[in-house]
Amino acid sequence: MLNFGMFRQSFAMSLQNIRANKLRSFLTMLGIVIGVASVIALITIVGGVTDSIMGTFGDMGAGTLTVNVYGTGMKSGLSDSDLQTLAAIDGVDGIAPSSSLTTTAAYGGKVYDKVMVDGQNAIFFVHNNIIAEGRGLTQADIDGNSLVCIVDKTFMDKVLYGSRAIGQVVRIGGYDYTVVGVKGESNSLSGMFTDTSSFDGTVIVPYRNAMRMSGQKDVTSLELYMIEGADAAAVERRVRAALSNIFNKAKSSYMVVNAKSLMDAMGQIKGMMSTMLGGIASIALLVGGIGIMNMMLVSVSERTKEIGLRKALGAEPNRIQAQFLIESVVLSVLGGLIGVLFGELIALGASAALKTTFTISYRAIALGVGFSVAVGVIFGWAPARRASRLNPIDALRAD
Amino acid sequence: MMQAAQGKKAGDRILEMRGITKDYVLGEETSHVLKGISLDVRQGEFLAVLGPSGSGKSTLMNIIGCLDVPTGGEYRLSGRLIAEQDEASLARIRNREIGFVFQQFQLLQKQTARQNVELPLLYANMPEKKRRARVEEVLCRVGLEDRMDYYPNQLSGGQQQRVAIARAISVNPTVLLADEPTGALDQKTGGQVMELFHELNKEGRTIIMITHDRHIAQHAGRIVRILDGNLSEGDIEDA
Repeated sequence: MLNFGMFRQSFAMSLQNIRANKLRSFLTMLGIVIGVASVIALITIVGGVTDSIMGTFGDMGAGTLTVNVYGTGMKSGLSDSDLQTLAAIDGVDGIAPSSSLTTTAAYGGKVYDKVMVDGQNAIFFVHNNIIAEGRGLTQADIDGNSLVCIVDKTFMDKVLYGSRAIGQVVRIGGYDYTVVGVKGESNSLSGMFTDTSSFDGTVIVPYRNAMRMSGQKDVTSLELYMIEGADAAAVERRVRAALSNIFNKAKSSYMVVNAKSLMDAMGQIKGMMSTMLGGIASIALLVGGIGIMNMMLVSVSERTKEIGLRKALGAEPNRIQAQFLIESVVLSVLGGLIGVLFGELIALGASAALKTTFTISYRAIALGVGFSVAVGVIFGWAPARRASRLNPIDALRAD
Repeated sequence: MMQAAQGKKAGDRILEMRGITKDYVLGEETSHVLKGISLDVRQGEFLAVLGPSGSGKSTLMNIIGCLDVPTGGEYRLSGRLIAEQDEASLARIRNREIGFVFQQFQLLQKQTARQNVELPLLYANMPEKKRRARVEEVLCRVGLEDRMDYYPNQLSGGQQQRVAIARAISVNPTVLLADEPTGALDQKTGGQVMELFHELNKEGRTIIMITHDRHIAQHAGRIVRILDGNLSEGDIEDA
């Protein structure tokens, strides 16, 4: 019924109309543009942030508990014997106390005063594969409080000027440390939210050395690794019981976080966000659709005479309807495409600012374009039908 | 080059009206606009329907042009009964049987002469190559070979009416139906349009022209007069 020449003519004419009424077309499309752009931007940003967070938790591993100690007036943290108690719990493979501080480092006659020192245990390296070159800390390093360190890329670039790191000697907190390993780039939460450009880099040292540098006597932060196949919930209960015992039932003095439950919660949040975004999208597209319908109704009444003429020349009602439907779909798809473009630009800017990964979601684009086609058809239907039903005699007489 | 509507010989009866009536109901009153009109038009005729405003000539034109259907009576166009046809088939009949020429030209302002002439051919589903050739053929026929890509507002009134005539003959319709074709033109260009009509008629084209102007009607080979919904053969002076 609608041959290709007809379709091409309708298409070209709808572009003509859009161009002839630039401001009106722009305002009409704005609803669709904003709707699609916000949906695309939000879907991409939320996806990027949750992926980054999930990735971090994924690195932590499902069999990991994170313990943070705030302490009580009597007891500021965990002593060596407390750590042994925790390490001895049934189902626990090992514990990785950590301690961090910012201090000065000296190398090659220069002093750098914004170096992050991260104290870790040997088992941390067993469970976290972060070494790019050289080695991690061993149990012997921990037991002997060895003066060895692992440096990150920032430290290499800023302090060691990219020279071969392993074997270099750096003075940290008054002691000469030998570099034994280099840490690879990681996509971690702390990396996401801190601006590393103002730091001179990070060095990882045996945790007791770090505690000594900061004058910290007790451990306040640790990761606890479970034996593979252990009942995570049972282990978590036993750890909580042990901590409750250590801190005399003062529950607010410590916090235990389970990576898996966090991931589940994140998954739930992501699901809720998706539903919410769907809601926002439908409201935005409804508003945009009403705008399109309004413009099409105006267009039909402005072009009554043209419709009459076309009918006189032999256009069947369904051709008139198709012509106006094509116009409304072109209008809304144009809006949708502009919306996709803006949405991706916003998402790109946001991911750069938040340091999350930016991936073009083809599903989101397909969704945006598909929705705008649907909006064009649904909201163009009534005006197109009205046009197709005009009486040619009355329409020709109109002015 | 230009031949009359296919398959019809000069003298064939192509339009037949028997007792056509048209009533309009306005509230409780019914006005009888056409009161039983009978008319035969043969292939190759140049007919003028002459009548003052309010005589029912516009209504008659709408019925001849299949834009409207009669209340009573029988209307056959190329042997086909135009009654109880649905909108879509009326549209197809208009497309193939009728070439409209309007007083106000009725060209699409945002389309070139070429595109305007192409419209009925698009609705007739003519393939693109054939269509393009036909558009150029008819535009040359009306003497606008150097104005094909002009927009209506770049053309004079006479030229615009020529575009409209080219559009009307593009699908090679059974009848060229002109409604006051010189009404918006000055005497000179109006005369040129009438000259073109004469030429087209000589080539065998059937023309029905609706007008209120006796001088214009004189150009036709045959005149029928419509007054108060009744049709009579011949001009007033002949009566």
